Amino acid sequence: MSDRDLHTEPHSFWTKYVWSQDHKVIAIQYSLTAIAIGLVALVLSNLMRLQLGFPGAFDFIDPGRYYQYVTMHGMIMVVYLLTALFLGGFGNYLIPLMVGARDMVFPFLNMLSYWMYLLAVLVLVASFFVPGGPTGAGWTLYPPQAILPGTPGTEWGIVLMLVSLVIFIVAATMGGLNYVTTVLQARTRGMTLLRMPLSVWGIFVASILALFAFPALFVSGVMMLCDKLLGTSFFMPAIVSMGQPLAHGGGSPVLFQHLFWFFGHPEVYIVALPAFGIISDLISTHARKNIFGYRMMVWAIVAIGGLSFVVWAHHMYVSGMNPYFGYFFATTTLIIAVPTAIKVYNWTLTLWRGDIHLRVPMLFAIGFISTFVIGGLTGLFLGNVSVDIPLSDTYFVVAHFHMVMGVSPILAIFGGLYHWYPKITGRLLDERLGKLHFWVTFLGTYAIYMPMHYLGFLGMPRRYYAYEGYEFIPASAQDLNAFITVAALVVGVTQLVFLFNLAWSVRHGRPAGANPWGATTLEWQTPHTPPRHGNWGATMPEVHRWAYDYSVPGAARDFIPQNVPQEAGAGGEGPVWGGQV
Amino acid sequence: MALAIALVVIVVATVAFHFASPWWFTPIASNWGLVDDTILITLVITGAVFVAVNLFIALAIVRFRHRAGHRAAFEPENRRLEGRLTLLTTAGIVAMLAPGLYVYSQMIAAPDDAAQVEVLGRQWQWRFRFPGADGRLGRTDVRYVSADNPFGVNPDDPHGRDDVLVASPELHLPLGRPVALLLRSHDVLHNFYVPQFRVKMDLVPGLVSRFWLTPTRAGRFEILCAELCGLAHYNMRGHVVVEDEAAFRAWLAAQPTFAALR
Amino acid sequence: MSLLAALAVKPWLPQPPDPGRAAPRAPAAAVGLRVLLGVIAMLFALFAIALLVRARLPDWQALPWPATLWLNTGLLAASSVALQFASGSARHGRERGLRGALAAAAALALGFLAGQGWVWAQFVAAGHFVASHPAASFFYLLTGLHGLHLAGGLVALGWAAAGLAREGPGERSARRVALCATYWHFLFAVWLVLFALLASSPGTLVALGSAVGMHSH
Ligand code: HEM
Ligand SMILES: [Cu+2]
Ligand SMILES: [Cu+2]
Repeated sequence: MSDRDLHTEPHSFWTKYVWSQDHKVIAIQYSLTAIAIGLVALVLSNLMRLQLGFPGAFDFIDPGRYYQYVTMHGMIMVVYLLTALFLGGFGNYLIPLMVGARDMVFPFLNMLSYWMYLLAVLVLVASFFVPGGPTGAGWTLYPPQAILPGTPGTEWGIVLMLVSLVIFIVAATMGGLNYVTTVLQARTRGMTLLRMPLSVWGIFVASILALFAFPALFVSGVMMLCDKLLGTSFFMPAIVSMGQPLAHGGGSPVLFQHLFWFFGHPEVYIVALPAFGIISDLISTHARKNIFGYRMMVWAIVAIGGLSFVVWAHHMYVSGMNPYFGYFFATTTLIIAVPTAIKVYNWTLTLWRGDIHLRVPMLFAIGFISTFVIGGLTGLFLGNVSVDIPLSDTYFVVAHFHMVMGVSPILAIFGGLYHWYPKITGRLLDERLGKLHFWVTFLGTYAIYMPMHYLGFLGMPRRYYAYEGYEFIPASAQDLNAFITVAALVVGVTQLVFLFNLAWSVRHGRPAGANPWGATTLEWQTPHTPPRHGNWGATMPEVHRWAYDYSVPGAARDFIPQNVPQEAGAGGEGPVWGGQV
Repeated sequence: MALAIALVVIVVATVAFHFASPWWFTPIASNWGLVDDTILITLVITGAVFVAVNLFIALAIVRFRHRAGHRAAFEPENRRLEGRLTLLTTAGIVAMLAPGLYVYSQMIAAPDDAAQVEVLGRQWQWRFRFPGADGRLGRTDVRYVSADNPFGVNPDDPHGRDDVLVASPELHLPLGRPVALLLRSHDVLHNFYVPQFRVKMDLVPGLVSRFWLTPTRAGRFEILCAELCGLAHYNMRGHVVVEDEAAFRAWLAAQPTFAALR
Repeated sequence: MSLLAALAVKPWLPQPPDPGRAAPRAPAAAVGLRVLLGVIAMLFALFAIALLVRARLPDWQALPWPATLWLNTGLLAASSVALQFASGSARHGRERGLRGALAAAAALALGFLAGQGWVWAQFVAAGHFVASHPAASFFYLLTGLHGLHLAGGLVALGWAAAGLAREGPGERSARRVALCATYWHFLFAVWLVLFALLASSPGTLVALGSAVGMHSH
């Protein structure tokens, strides 16, 4: 790749910004699309919260709508926002720049990946406008209910949802092939595997997971489409629906669940591993200290990635599956906690004896650790089969997965955006607005989700439109729900501050220079900021050291970029800095 | 600095909330007190880790926040420390997993003398079936389901004739006697959930799932559905009445049998 | 350097100059294709597992197995061989053999697809519709998906042929044809597995499922 000729820089508006094959433009397209559809999911969540906090006060939210909101909110957040943003957004932007490549290895495929993704989003959005509306089957889309009367959106919504997912999987596969192959084949001279920044490691392993987990969703989605449209019985047993016997027979709903979670659990790590990587780099950079236990961090990412394929049925402890599976899956699930805990320890040990600059990206990074720890710890309840049984399908689960794969990855995304925005645009995001955004989001999500665990202990089931007339739920639970709703609204509105900051700072932000944070990794050493087409100008960078030479004893400055030769970095007299090597 | 304070406040507020919270498990009404114990063990261990990690971060921020002239240490790794932390974590995991699996082994082994009750779910109501005098439930098939055979009992199976059918969503159970619940659904997934019992299980069309318990407290408890089953999922209500043997017998005797209904 | 050794170095210490650079890396397309084949293998493996699970349920019944399927298998095998020959010709610059072999491979693959379509028609005529019984459902679904993958391969083959027409034989066309050949062999292997699964008796499928650890549900 390094010896590959620079493909000529595109000039017209269309080839530069629309039909672009430049990974940086595609990254921005992916990110903006993901943020746009993510906003829809955010609005839906606030609508749900309105119903839960003030039941019946907004009469357009009937049970059918509520279930449609739940479903679309969950699916958009997990797949169309987080997966797309981490892999299509961060992956696209960071991989070539961080490993020292001019672009992805298959730029055309990369462009196609974005347009397929956009198509998937459009099909998904279309389901809001078809007769019957979007599906209300829950983001897990469990059959038989997902395709039978009694659930909203069984006319068209579920079909469009499945079609959209299938298109998304094609898009994600095109992207994943690019990310994996680029990391394997296009690293610049000197960029050995263990010199790669952890962001690249996280995204790399997550891409592998995506490549091998999404087929399970594809398989289950295609088979369910057949059951719905062609009348097959892959997942459909003999059924009497609303008094009507159906033509289906013999299928297995539990089989769908196995396939779904064979995708669904790795999906959690498709979102978490890039976040792990990004957080590691933010913490190291802003604590001016090498990441503690780098090798352990890499091994943990790989181990977590591998183990994530053998824990799926911890989502099925009460599904009626063979009860003996419980032993196996509880054990594997709790084993995953070990490498995960190591990551947390190493982040905190990186802070220890560091030189901590509490700039906005660092605030979000520390917020990530705190919220991720809660989500990880509550995972130990839900992974341990006999503890899960009373808690499954209650608000404890809602609180758990929001902390672990809602809030904490979102905080990582925010941290990453505040961190790399100056490279993308050449300007810094406004610091005061950033702090406001951080404090409200961080404290607000605690206010939303911390008490929610206790509603779960109490036994309140999830996916309930209303709780009226249940005697075991004290009236005070409703007050708590109202409080949670207010907090959710505040957090929701505050995201507008962030959007404003994103838009405003493109023009009016403080100019950042090439390397505002004094970071070592290659993306900060480009000859131009923002990097131009081809990234590196005439000569490719050469890597001489790992990604974490911060505060090296005896060095003049507290960071040595990866492309600085060993001799130059080790001695007392530093080379000429400024990123223009 | 504000962040360190915020983390300490979060820890203090969380612990305070925990002890002050009026929202907590319902008083248990089954033999699964061991489940509550395991939850408590898990809560103590994980709570300690939560407090420790957050306070450690806060301390790190206070001690090592940037000051002029301050420089970070260079510390690529510390295998001993990492090894010790790994061991400690593993010990914590074992301390949670071992009791968890032990309790689970009991949860999936119903005693031989457990009475059987069938729970039938459909959108959106509960029904129940007891084996009659012969102590055996008659075979069922969805094909036989009709307005006058809502359970789909096979009319040719002699064991089905004396089955007691409960048409209302109210299940009575005798106090202190182990009972195995056999769960069936005619349409979509449901989940039989009584918070006070602690155990729950999906009802899956096409198969019979099961769990068992011994009711240990008399009273009237709510049955909820805990698996999304469509529009009225949140409203799929029922009750379990746990009462002494005599009252239970009387109630059961007042319910019709399958033969009597045909 | 082996992968394990590469993951065990202490990267903060000065390293010898990048040894990985001494040997030229495989072209990205070859690596990309191998990853893609892994993904497709995963896809069909999951379908196979779903089939084995489904075959354990009581309503499974075997499909009749028309002789056409043996013929189709032969066509696909021949197509694979032709492409392998084309790849060899391309490497050694034998232009005429290359063009002929490419055309033969494409024709044989089209023949396979037509043959599969013919089997579908036979099944429909015999009353085995897609929803008639689960084995039939799997048959249509799996042969359809496999056929789609082969159709995609034909597009790639057309692109390789267009490249050949444009640039004439050379290293680049040889590489493209070699990639197509790899893909073809892979799809042939997938077809053999599908063939075996779909042709197996219910008893064999149950035994297979048990062998990979499947239980009641
Ligand atoms: C302010 C932010 C958020 C709020 C207020 C919020 C609120 C909610 C609410 C009220 C529910 C439905 C609970 C129920 O009825 O069971 C829900 C479900 C869900 N949320 Fe969020 N959410 C937020 C952010 C996120 C994020 C960032 C994710 C990304 C992973 C996420 C993923 C999900 C999922 C997967 C579900 C489950 C959907 C289902 O049950 O089918 N949420 N959320
Ligand atoms: Cu999981
Ligand atoms: Cu329900």
